[in-house]
Amino acid sequence: MNLDLIVKKCIKGHLCYPTHALCPNCRSIMSEETVNLSQLEGTVITWTTSTVPPPGVRSPNILAIVEYEVGGESVKLIGGIENESVKIGDKVRPVYSSQLRDPDHCQRVMECQKWSGHRFEILDKDN
Amino acid sequence: MDRIAIIGASMTQFGVREGSWICDLLSEAAMGCIDAANVDPQDIDQVYVSNMASGEFEGRTGIMNALVHDIGAIPAYTTRIDQTSASGGAGIYAAWQSIASGHSEMTLLVGGEKMTHTSTSHATDIISTLTHPVEYKHGVTLPSFAGLISQLYLHEYNASRESLAKVAVKNHKNGIDNPHAHFRKAIDIETVLSSPVIADPLRLYDFCPITDGSAALMMCPESTAKEITDDYVVITGIGGATDTHVVHERRDPTTLDAVINSSKKAYHMANKNPDDVDVAELHDMFTILEILQSEDLGFFNKGEGWKAVEEGLTDRDGTIPINTSGGLKSKGHPLGASGVAQVHELYHQLLNTAGKRQVNADVALACNIGGFGNCVITTILESI
Repeated sequence: MNLDLIVKKCIKGHLCYPTHALCPNCRSIMSEETVNLSQLEGTVITWTTSTVPPPGVRSPNILAIVEYEVGGESVKLIGGIENESVKIGDKVRPVYSSQLRDPDHCQRVMECQKWSGHRFEILDKDN
Repeated sequence: MDRIAIIGASMTQFGVREGSWICDLLSEAAMGCIDAANVDPQDIDQVYVSNMASGEFEGRTGIMNALVHDIGAIPAYTTRIDQTSASGGAGIYAAWQSIASGHSEMTLLVGGEKMTHTSTSHATDIISTLTHPVEYKHGVTLPSFAGLISQLYLHEYNASRESLAKVAVKNHKNGIDNPHAHFRKAIDIETVLSSPVIADPLRLYDFCPITDGSAALMMCPESTAKEITDDYVVITGIGGATDTHVVHERRDPTTLDAVINSSKKAYHMANKNPDDVDVAELHDMFTILEILQSEDLGFFNKGEGWKAVEEGLTDRDGTIPINTSGGLKSKGHPLGASGVAQVHELYHQLLNTAGKRQVNADVALACNIGGFGNCVITTILESI
């Protein structure tokens, strides 16, 4: 099982996360080409700490929008933060989690989507 | 083409309506509107019901059919409109289209939601089912989007945290004079800034409450309106637009493109500019949203909406009063009702029947938002 954070490209090379039927940037179809972000540094664009999360979600739930630049293309992702605090501009790397949220305790039907994915942890400034 | 008129408006008491379920609330607003418009239910051709989630909240579907039966409007055509928080605005658009197309001479629009019987966390989860799977699996909620975007806005524009609080203070102040509002209580900036953190940097008082309620409008061609009453307003511009479903994919998360695009259509149709608008009802589900809309509708430059709030420009006696009704913040946000209730307020402002909330207005604008700007309807109304 591949636990890497993989992002797909459209046939014109735009990074798409998540994928769509057509690339939101250029309306072309997705290609089979991917980029593995697992070992790459992302940057926190913004963050929040959700202190009243819905059922089946960790509390507090620190969330961030993270941006990656890969080969001149950028892509943004959303995910939890593993550290106790975060700030805009922090450098992060993805951390796999087999279950981000308990699908037994939420409104959405368990089988209709994935519940695994990646949160982010802040890289030490010395790294 | 005949312009399209609103000849009657009503709304129920918004708040915790224990014992009243969705069909009770819809029926109450509908009967109030039929009475206000002085229309025979048998003369209604079409009935639109704006509602996001009666199935999820109450386990009840087919509510539009139930309503038409209850109010004696059979055999009027009916359908339910769900566009999440923008269901009310989408209902206005559908009702407008029903008349503009020539298919209806008299259309009743009723928006409503019953929410308070469930817990806040369950209600939040129902609403957050509108998110994409990559958002939902992380426990992303609408309040957390508001936190994320507020953090970015404050950072990008060096805006003051107090300006967000001031939106809540202003809208609570306006709500005191609205007998239908959920909250009729003054708050100060300290109340907001000392309330519990919900989604950093936003606190409890930056958020609208969970509310039960319903609102209704009666619409017909202007030629018909003239035969019935002297007291009507006209819809001169309307436009809807959609933004990315996935919020983090936006080019600039602090800009609501669907607000820009829907208002562009509405301004063009009405032949108006942002400067022409005398009063506006904006979708202040969160304090940040009112500021973002005030910029993206063109009332203020990008990044300066927060200053306008601090300078009092959006107060009831300001240059562009925003949310004289108290907004979603103090009036409450029964999802499907909110877009309809916005126009209920503007109808009264344009007819000079808004009581203590009255401002001087001939041109009014409502902006109703679904998701975090995912689906937006902008409506421009004018007095005759």
